[in-house]
Amino acid sequence: MTASTVSATEAYVRFVEVQKSDDGEALVVKNLNLDIARGEFLTMLGPSGSGKTTCLMMLAGFETATHGDIVIADRPITNVPPHKRNIGMVFQNYALFPHMTVEENLAFPLEVRGVDKPDIERRVRDALNMVQLGGFRARRPAQLSGGQQQRVALARALVFEPQLVLMDEPLGALDKQLREAMQYEIKHLHENLGVTVVYVTHDQSEALTMSNRIAVFNDGAVQQLATPDRLYEAPENAFVASFIGETNKLRGKVAERDGRWCRVALASGQEVTALAVNVDVAGHETLLSLRPERVTVAAEPGSLANVFEARVQELIYHGDHIRTRVSVCGHDDFVVKIRNAGGHVQLQPGQTTTVGWRPEGCRALDAA
Amino acid sequence: MATTTLAPATAAASDARDGRGEALRAADGTPLKRKLERTTRLSRLRAFLLVVPLLAFVVVSFLVPVGTLLWRGVSSPTFATHMPRTTAVLAEWDGRAVPGEAAFAALAADLVDARESRDIGKVATRVNRELSGTRSLFTRSARRAERIDEGPFRAAIIDIDEDWGELELWRAMKVASWSVTPAFYLQALDLQVEADGAIARLPEERQLHVSLFWRTLWMSGLITFLCLLLGFPVAYLLANLPLKYSNLLMIFVLLPFWTSLLVRTTSWIALLQSQGVLNDVFVALGLAADDRRLQLIYNQAGTIIAMTHILLPFMILPLYSVMKTIPPSYLRAARSLGADQVTAFRRVYLPQTVPGIGAGSLLVFILAVGYYITPALVGGQSGQLISNIIAFHMESTLNWNLAAALGGILLVGVVLLYWTYNRLIGIDNIKLG
Repeated sequence: MTASTVSATEAYVRFVEVQKSDDGEALVVKNLNLDIARGEFLTMLGPSGSGKTTCLMMLAGFETATHGDIVIADRPITNVPPHKRNIGMVFQNYALFPHMTVEENLAFPLEVRGVDKPDIERRVRDALNMVQLGGFRARRPAQLSGGQQQRVALARALVFEPQLVLMDEPLGALDKQLREAMQYEIKHLHENLGVTVVYVTHDQSEALTMSNRIAVFNDGAVQQLATPDRLYEAPENAFVASFIGETNKLRGKVAERDGRWCRVALASGQEVTALAVNVDVAGHETLLSLRPERVTVAAEPGSLANVFEARVQELIYHGDHIRTRVSVCGHDDFVVKIRNAGGHVQLQPGQTTTVGWRPEGCRALDAA
Repeated sequence: MATTTLAPATAAASDARDGRGEALRAADGTPLKRKLERTTRLSRLRAFLLVVPLLAFVVVSFLVPVGTLLWRGVSSPTFATHMPRTTAVLAEWDGRAVPGEAAFAALAADLVDARESRDIGKVATRVNRELSGTRSLFTRSARRAERIDEGPFRAAIIDIDEDWGELELWRAMKVASWSVTPAFYLQALDLQVEADGAIARLPEERQLHVSLFWRTLWMSGLITFLCLLLGFPVAYLLANLPLKYSNLLMIFVLLPFWTSLLVRTTSWIALLQSQGVLNDVFVALGLAADDRRLQLIYNQAGTIIAMTHILLPFMILPLYSVMKTIPPSYLRAARSLGADQVTAFRRVYLPQTVPGIGAGSLLVFILAVGYYITPALVGGQSGQLISNIIAFHMESTLNWNLAAALGGILLVGVVLLYWTYNRLIGIDNIKLG
């Protein structure tokens, strides 16, 4: 599949001009068009209230779209009740039925589908083995750790072999280490089973690790839909740039536009050469986005297109890198990451040095 | 360096391991348990002093009255106290035939003494409860027994009233002479004990309590069921409506709590009586003929309707507190797993409300079993419950022993119910709000 588009013919799930309003006054989801390919792992990423969970709930059937269609496998599902959609779902708090054992929880979707008893037993056993919980059949959910509950919830969402699995911040309640382990586990399950996964999270590192593509939501609309690397390295607007990863933001006015490039005048009077991504003609406000790891410290003047004098404000030791805050071009919160690679530049707070960067890594975006 | 610092540590560790057999010791050598006790003693004492007033209150206002009540149910010292000589003779008597001269001599002496101390009325009442129609026999005979100066007493007393020659009377006196007696509990179960210790049913016309117990049980059961039926949807709405609506609904649920019980019960009279609001509406709608208005009050229907209404909050609140803890995601999960709404409710929601259903039902049932004022006001004859007959014995017949026995049976029944519930569902699962 290509980076950011799926042709309508290979799309498995399609949102077509979907709008959603709760109160008739404001739109929670504004005209969403989104195609998800069969077998894809698509993440809806955004801050809370951005409309991502609403989209998931509409797909699951717990919310109704105010306008537009949701299509699964060429079939509009607007009027299909949730229990007939055959979509597996993993909830934020797992929603394991507390009065049933692990085995009964897993058997539930099969029983309501009228599967034969021996068949149920075999499939429940296989699903539990798949998540390495074969020995926990008779336990109650309350007797399991958070990670185990999470895996049971996963197994339950997969045991009836749905083609589409939705996950609503499934790892939100786990601690950091377990969360990372589960990320890989879910990723591998997805690769092995070939199901389509729509995953909702507000954790960008989770999204970057797991997804084929990420749809960044803000304010009820998709800001950018791209693969993780494109999203990080080529954000198309200021929201995406600041939401995904860390970025230095420099405000200024476009002084001159020259094809792909532009020169931006900062308030401090200095001029920066940048990649013109989302800027208009000269004279417009713009926001420059620059990743901290793309900045070279103690750069020789002239060695890079942009070299400026900087004053070191603060050094924070992070182990693998040293996070260095400097004042540059009138901005006090300019962050540089210096790799702790041995023989790296030794700086002291208050010291004056230079920082420089290439214009390719410095993206001139909308001023928002 | 490393070895010198390590050595004491390993020694201490092996000490601790060796010390497993005996008590662990604190750093100053005192056993750890005693040390711990000493350090916590003061705070425990302080905590105890804080609960002393409550403890005293519970003892005085609860344990003592309940204990007295249970004791009263088996205690009957009247006859033994005021007729000591007769009691002594009756204790030896086998109850086969009317006793001999010695018994009559004792009886004569006791009757005279009891009359002088003005206790003969109490004795008469006590025997009368075992064999009705004997009250006047005692008072009359005591008066005339004074004139008997010498024996043979047997002939003289039978001369006063030939009833004294009846075996039945002597058997009743023997039962009355037991200062600890099962008679009241047996009477509460429509049984009686005979002088030889055999237990028999009361004659049919005197049977009253067992049928009343059964009526109390099935009516309480029905009221509990109706409360559950009506309360479940209300509790569900309370737990799931948006806050501003659920608050309003909660006020409506609690409103009856803030209104006098008497006012609520009497307003049911206004609603249900044959010239009342409900009947007027039925007649106006043509559902009932004017000359055949429904009898909705002063019978079982009245008791059931009014008590269901009054006890409803006790069902709704425990249910609500349980339902509030069930997140909506459970139902959503069930739906996403392929269950239709009915299946999701039945298999996922309902089982999780069981602790609430249990708590509410237990509470309503126990309250209903002992309810007094509502059946007294709207129950008529057929809607009376066991507590009404207890009150009747307390106030009208002044047979406090029987009232105590009835109360004791009720208490045992409730404790039994509680115990069963605990075994089946577990009392710690109960949530009362």
